[in-house]
Parts: sequence; structure tokens; C-alpha cells
Amino acid sequence: MTSTIDSVTRAAATPGEPQPYAELGMKTDEYERVRAILGRRPTSSELAIYSVMWSEHCSYKSSKVHLRQFGTKAPASDALLVGMGENAGVVDIGDGWAATFKIESHNHPSFVEPRQGAATGVGGIVRDIMSMGARPVAVMDALRFGPLAAPDTRRVLPGVVEGIGFYGNCLGLPNIGGEVVFDPCYLGNPLVNALCVGLLRKDRIKLATAPGPGNKVVLFGASTGPDGIGGASVLASATFEDESHAKRPAVQVGDPFMEKLLIECCLELFEADVVVGIQDLGAAGVSCATTELAAKGTGGMRVDLGLVPLRDPSLRPEEILMSESQERMMAVVTPEDIDAFMAICARWDVPATVIGEVTDTGRLVMTWRGEVIVDIPPGTAADEGPVYERPFHEPAGQAALNADDPARLPRPSDLRATLLELLGSANLASKEWVTSQYDRYVRGNTVLAMPADAGVIRVGEVMPDAEETRRGLALATDGNGRYARLDPYAGAQLALAEAYRNVAVTGARPLAVTNCLNFGSPEDPEVMWQFAEAVRGLADACKALGVPVTGGNVSFYNQTGSTPIHPTPVVGVLGVLDDVGHRVRHGFTAPGLKIALLGTCEAEFGGSEWAHVAHGHLGGLPPEVDLAAERALAGVLVAAAASGLPAGSHDVSDGGLAIALAEACLAHGVGATVQLPGPDLFADLFGESAARALVALPPEHFTAFAELCAAHEVPCHGIGTTGGEILAVDGAFEVPVAELRAVHEAALPAAFRA
Amino acid sequence: MGAARVGVVTFPGTLDDQDAARAVRHAGAEAVPLWHADRDLRGVDAVFLPGGFSYGDYLRCGAISRFAPLMEELIPAAQAGLPVLGTCNGFQILCEAHLLPGALTRNEGLHYVCRDQAIRVENAKTAWTGDFAAGQRITLPVKHGEGRYVADPGTIAALEAEGRVVFRYLDGNPNGSVNDIAGIANEAGNVVGLMPHPEHAVEDLTGAPGVDGRGFFTSILKRFVNL
Repeated sequence: MTSTIDSVTRAAATPGEPQPYAELGMKTDEYERVRAILGRRPTSSELAIYSVMWSEHCSYKSSKVHLRQFGTKAPASDALLVGMGENAGVVDIGDGWAATFKIESHNHPSFVEPRQGAATGVGGIVRDIMSMGARPVAVMDALRFGPLAAPDTRRVLPGVVEGIGFYGNCLGLPNIGGEVVFDPCYLGNPLVNALCVGLLRKDRIKLATAPGPGNKVVLFGASTGPDGIGGASVLASATFEDESHAKRPAVQVGDPFMEKLLIECCLELFEADVVVGIQDLGAAGVSCATTELAAKGTGGMRVDLGLVPLRDPSLRPEEILMSESQERMMAVVTPEDIDAFMAICARWDVPATVIGEVTDTGRLVMTWRGEVIVDIPPGTAADEGPVYERPFHEPAGQAALNADDPARLPRPSDLRATLLELLGSANLASKEWVTSQYDRYVRGNTVLAMPADAGVIRVGEVMPDAEETRRGLALATDGNGRYARLDPYAGAQLALAEAYRNVAVTGARPLAVTNCLNFGSPEDPEVMWQFAEAVRGLADACKALGVPVTGGNVSFYNQTGSTPIHPTPVVGVLGVLDDVGHRVRHGFTAPGLKIALLGTCEAEFGGSEWAHVAHGHLGGLPPEVDLAAERALAGVLVAAAASGLPAGSHDVSDGGLAIALAEACLAHGVGATVQLPGPDLFADLFGESAARALVALPPEHFTAFAELCAAHEVPCHGIGTTGGEILAVDGAFEVPVAELRAVHEAALPAAFRA
Repeated sequence: MGAARVGVVTFPGTLDDQDAARAVRHAGAEAVPLWHADRDLRGVDAVFLPGGFSYGDYLRCGAISRFAPLMEELIPAAQAGLPVLGTCNGFQILCEAHLLPGALTRNEGLHYVCRDQAIRVENAKTAWTGDFAAGQRITLPVKHGEGRYVADPGTIAALEAEGRVVFRYLDGNPNGSVNDIAGIANEAGNVVGLMPHPEHAVEDLTGAPGVDGRGFFTSILKRFVNL
């Protein structure tokens, strides 16, 4: 082999050498900008760094101008400790404790290789949480697939579920909720959005920064292999004509055992206070970690890439820089603490290697076999990437879509049959086939988990030596692509409103927001319009509800050919219970309770499950957004829980009140007898008006609860009582709970039975 | 006499150690952390081998842990009568260590299963089941991918004949275990292994519905009072 090292010296001497920037996804003007920054052509290693750091995934170059609204419109919040721009946002939850949480997509890898793609999605978000100095305490997943009956769904879904289970179960993190939604638009482009939440003492937050010249840069965790190298192999083969490197697996392979060791190891390192700065290695691996740490620190770093422990000794420096091998972290450690740091890693059998040190030169300098192969100002790669104001306009046909009012759809005469048809349909059926493959109990702090509206975790005992606190955390994710397709502004707001409501239904006070924005190609002006509208809607709604966005993720290019997915903003809301003992359980928890319906039922069927299941219809407008009503409703739910009034609750959303009643009965096998105010019984039962919830109360609490609702100006109707073995809605249907259960639980096992 | 001391073992990849220690403390005993790499049982009165994926389940569940330095102390101590409870991965380790017969293999359905499982206490005379009544129905979570108990027919017959099948699944077998076996004991009754998780059923607020897991811990404590 005659390949030479493309050093800085060589780059300066060969300014005209053609470089494969286009194959690496770089535009000509971006490449020219790199040349201008460096005053010469980049070396192949530098090109690797810039191409990956300036990619859409790492630089947010198409979304940045819109995402700024999350900052400029952010509501005043005492809770926000760390906002957007770090690995994850951090929120003050009281009693000296903080929570950090984030949701991130792993959509494309999960389509290519469902099991590993989904598994490494969990692994990546968990490391983001660890890098804030927190103990990860729970995960959730928001999943979207093609139709349940589609052959490819039977390939993708079982693999995704097994991957999430295999990784999360082995890590020892309870999976406490999420979503599984089916729609034809996701057939060639499933969505796998993974959320992790962690807890830490609020005076112990860690940041991705590398201050202090002379401090050591340590790479620890798994060794670096040739996995996850998409662009680098193009680069290596194009530059060096080395065919053996041409085909590398583009999907990373996860080792949850190593990640579990990393978690425990990091927590001991934090406890021993031997870490100055820390960063996980995710997308763009060593490139990203070094440039971001250096850019946020003293400004300089020297790294010897030859010291990186390799799984495959034939890796070239460009590949080492771009490898996305999993279960790796990078820390900055003072020379005085380095021995203690290494001893803790050794105790956990975690390999750790000093690969460089912090400098004050303002340059990131990397060497390979004695030659300088990278010499750049790190901020130009990490923070000063291109920013695009992409053109956007309303999609052709949007007005016609909105004009296609579902009011024209024929209504059923047999509401009993409609209830059962919906309850057994893919989106509303029990997801137990999925969730029973996830450990929801591990660590012993799970207070509520699926199918509850939100997952709830006890804070006080997350660490053995934790100081006493009664608090609990609640988390929910929601997102409705059909609503967002009809109106992305309102759709994003409805996603937030539902997650916010789901948190409040448990009695928790919503505090903060994370989001995963799944869209088609930003180069399509119609998709860009959907994105711009969704971000604008979400930012406005966060302001109105008083919950700031703490971070999140944008996933573009979710499309098959030129057909994009429905715009799918998935919104996660974190809330806090001051006393976790006051959490409200899911559904009808006992017979003899009075049932209160909060909110107002309107004939809103645009994007509804009924229109989807019964008519395959998508048109009109989504349910009206009333954020003041959502805020008032949450106020009632939180205050009532704190006073110990409710015995159970459930939010009313997809499928409407009929499905909410059925699910509330199924939760504990308790029937109900219900009379609705009418006059439009069908709209009451199957319309999807927002800002509604069901609350079950001991009869002696009902008056106090109704007064609380009146004080908050929330409509409250006593609609019946719980008990018996039948769900009976006067004038509509009577269905034994056993029959509801049989229908509800049949769909997924039937689809995935071997 | 001070509080009984129950050791809780942590291997690399152990997950339920914190839960196990909490369950021990709730029962009024002292939870003593035991580290896989130490040849030291720290003078404990009993040992809990919790669940998890020790060594990533590499090779075979429990196959590597069984050779840990701590196990070199634990195996002879158990053979000499030290009460030992293994749940889930702990049960797998006890089988690999030959403190219990048979093996735990891949679930019949090939999926990991997490659910609240009814089981029957078949033997209330072991070190860990004295506070239950024989025939008592209890509910504990199961959560495993490799819980199908198998052994040769002679071993199964002996386990059944000697009353060493301590727990049996009710209302549906989650993993295809032979004879619905959920847990077994050694001949002396001091070593018990089961797939379900008593440590996840000791509080009203968290975990499985009910607190049926408490009986395991109160059983072992009473034994020390009676000694």
C-alpha cells in the first residue's frame, strides 16, 4: 500500500489536489468556506471533521433560524438551570434536585437495521443524560410505523421493539411510557424517538467544556471500530484508493453491558469530583467531542489520534475521527486527579486512555504518527457552520385538504360496533405486546408506567445516599402527525397540549419541554413550510403554557422518494409532583366512584381516529387549540391531586371520550354507567376536542372537586359512576368489560404471531 | 443481637441490587453490599443474588459470574448452610454454580416478558418461604428473556418428590418452564432460586400491585431470631 498521510504540510504544498467534498455531502460554497477559514485546502482529516460537523444532523443549518424562537419566545421560568445548546436541558425540581431530559431520533438506522438502530438510539440518548452529570433513571420511546398489516412493519416493528428492550433492559433503566402509532406515511420511514430522563443534585451539573491548559483529555469506554462510518469510507477510498475500506457498516452496533459499566463508572467519577468537563461520543464521534469540548473551553486542544484504542488497527485517521462506535465518553481531567480517575475506571473494567491535553493556543491540533493532520480553530467547526434560510411555502393542495370537511362523512347508526372497531384498530389497541418486552420495574422507583397517561418516577431513592425528598417526576410524549398534516402550527400545539395534559392528569405540575421534530426534506419548500409552522406553533404554545423548551432534536429527510412523512413533531413534557404519594392512578381504580368529565365536547373530527379508521379520511382542520383552557384544566388536576380528591383519572384524546371511557374501565377491570349531556351523542363520544379529561372521585369528594373546577372556570359534568362489569353509555351502547378487553388486546398479537 | 445482615451482591451488569438492598432494609435488616471481585462475604447472615445481566449475559446467563472471586467464598458457604436467595439472573448464577440443579433457557415465546405473575408457594419450609403458607397464591413481577427452567427427567422427578419445587406459575406460564416451575430449592432448603422478583413487590407506591414480596425478607429474618 502506498497511501501517504495527508498532513497539514502536504495540504499546503498541494493546493490543487481534488477533494471528495461532494461525496461527503458538502456543497461547493461550504468547501470554499473551509479553504478560506484555513487559508489552504483542508487535509483529508480536516475535511472529515468539517463535513460531519457542518452536516444537517450536527449543525442544524436548515432549522437554526426557526429554532431560535424557542429562545426568543421562551416563557420566564425559575425552573430552567441549563437551556438549549448543551447535551440536554436541566430543570430545577426542588429540594436541591434537578432533572435532565431529552428526546432524540434514530429513524434512519432503525429502518436499515431495526434492532441495532433502535438499540443504539437508546444508548445515545442515555449518554447525553450521563454527560450532564446525572444518573439516568428512565427511558421512553415514541415510535411510528407503517400500517400494522404491512409486511415491512412486521420486519421493522419487532426488531425495533427487541432492540429497545435488549438495550434498555440490559442497562437497567425502566421504560415507563411512550407511543406506538401506525400510519401509511411511515411505511418506508419509521420513526424511533428515544427519550431519557436523569436526576442529579442541582449543584453538581457537568458541562461539555475543556478549560485549563495542561488538563488531560481522556477517552474512555469502548474501543473505536469501523462502525457507523458513512462518509469517511467515501473519503478514505476516494483519497487513498484503498478498496478494503470502501464498504463499512453504516449502522452502529450497541453493547449495553459496556454502557451499564459506563453509567456506574461515570457516577463514581462525578461523586469523586475528578471531572472538569465531559462529553459523550455520538454522531461524528471524536470529531464532535474534541471540537465541541475545545470550542467551549480555553479554546485549544492537542490530541494524538494514534493513542485512540482501536478495535481494528487498520483504521485510518479520517475513519477514527468519524467512527460512531458506541459506548464512548470523553472527559477533561486535571493532572492531579488523573490517577484517581483511572483507578475508578479500572474498578469498573472500563478502558480509559489519555489522548491529549487542553492548550491555550485557540487551535485544535491532532497528530498521527508524528505528523500534524489537523490544525483548525475548533469553533469554526463546532459553532460557526453554515446557516440557511431555506425557502418555504404552503403546500399545493393544503387549502383543498383543509376544505375537505369530515362533517360530510356518513355517521354510523351502530355506536357499539363503532366503539369496538376503533378499540381494536391498530392505533387504539393495547400496546402490551410491545410494552411487556420492556422492564418497567428495575431500580424500584417506578410509580406509574404504561398504559398510564404519563410515567412517574420517585425521586427520593434514586441514589442510596440521597437526601430525603418526597418529590416525583412525571413524563409524557405525544405527537399526532395527522393533526400536523392538516395544520402544522396547530398540530405542534396539540402535541404539546396533550403531553402537558397527560403529565397533569397524574397530578404533576408541568415544568419543561423537549421535542423531536420529524419532517421530510428541508430542501422541499413545502416541507420547510410545515417545519416553520410547527416550530412557530410550538414556541407560541410553550410561551402560553409557561413551559420552556430545554432541548431536543431535528430529524429531516424522513421521506420515501419525493413523498415526505406527515410532519411529526413529538413533544415530551416533564412535570413534578411535590409529594409523589399524591400521584393519581390511571383509570377507574374502584367501583362506586363518581365520574367527572372536564372540558367541552364539540363535533371535531378532522384528523380523528374515527375518520381514519371508518373512512380512511384525512381532511378538514384539527381540533381547536385552546391553551387557556389547557392551562386551567391542568390547574384543576394538579390542585385536586394535591388535595387528595381524585381516585383515578385519564385524559381524553385519540378516539375521543368513548375510547377514554373504555381504557379507563380496562385499567382495573371496573365497569361504568354513563349518561352524556348530548344532544349530539356521536360527537360527544367520538369527537376529539382537546382540553378534556376524565376524573373518578369518591362520592364525598365530588362537591369539593366541582367547586375547584368552578373556581378555575373549567367545565365539569358528573356523567356517571364506576362499578359492575359493563361499560354502559345511555342511548349508545352496553359492552361487557371482558369483551372490550378481548377486542383491545387482540390486534397486535394477531399481527405479530409467528 | 443487632439487625440481621443480608449481603447483596453486585457483579458488573447487576441491575436489581439497589432494589434488593431496599427490600432488605424495609424488612428491618442491614443490607451489606458485596462486590464480585472481593473474596469476602463480610460475615453476613444471608446472601441475596439479585437480577440483571451480569457480564452482559455473554456466553450464557450467569456462566461468567459463577467464576467471580466472591463466588469462591459463596459456594462453599452455601453448601455449608448459609441462606442464599437468587432471583432471575441470580437464579441463573446459582444453577451455573451447581448450587441448584438444572438450567434456565430462552423463553418459549422467544421474547423478553415483563408482567405481573401469579405464582403458588409450594414449599413454605425453606429458609426464604417460612412466612408463607403452603399453597398460598402470591403475585410478583417477572421480567426475563431466559427463564424457561429445564432439567433432565430424573432431576425433575426428584425435585417434585422431595418438595423442592418451591414456586409454580399460575394463570399461564410466561416462559415454558417444565411443570410450570418458577423456583426451586437445594436439598437443605437454604438455597432458593426463582425467576420472579420479590424485591419489586415490597411497597404500595412502586412496583407490582401488592406487597407479596415482603414475605421472603421477613422469612429470613425470623429464621435468625429463632437461631
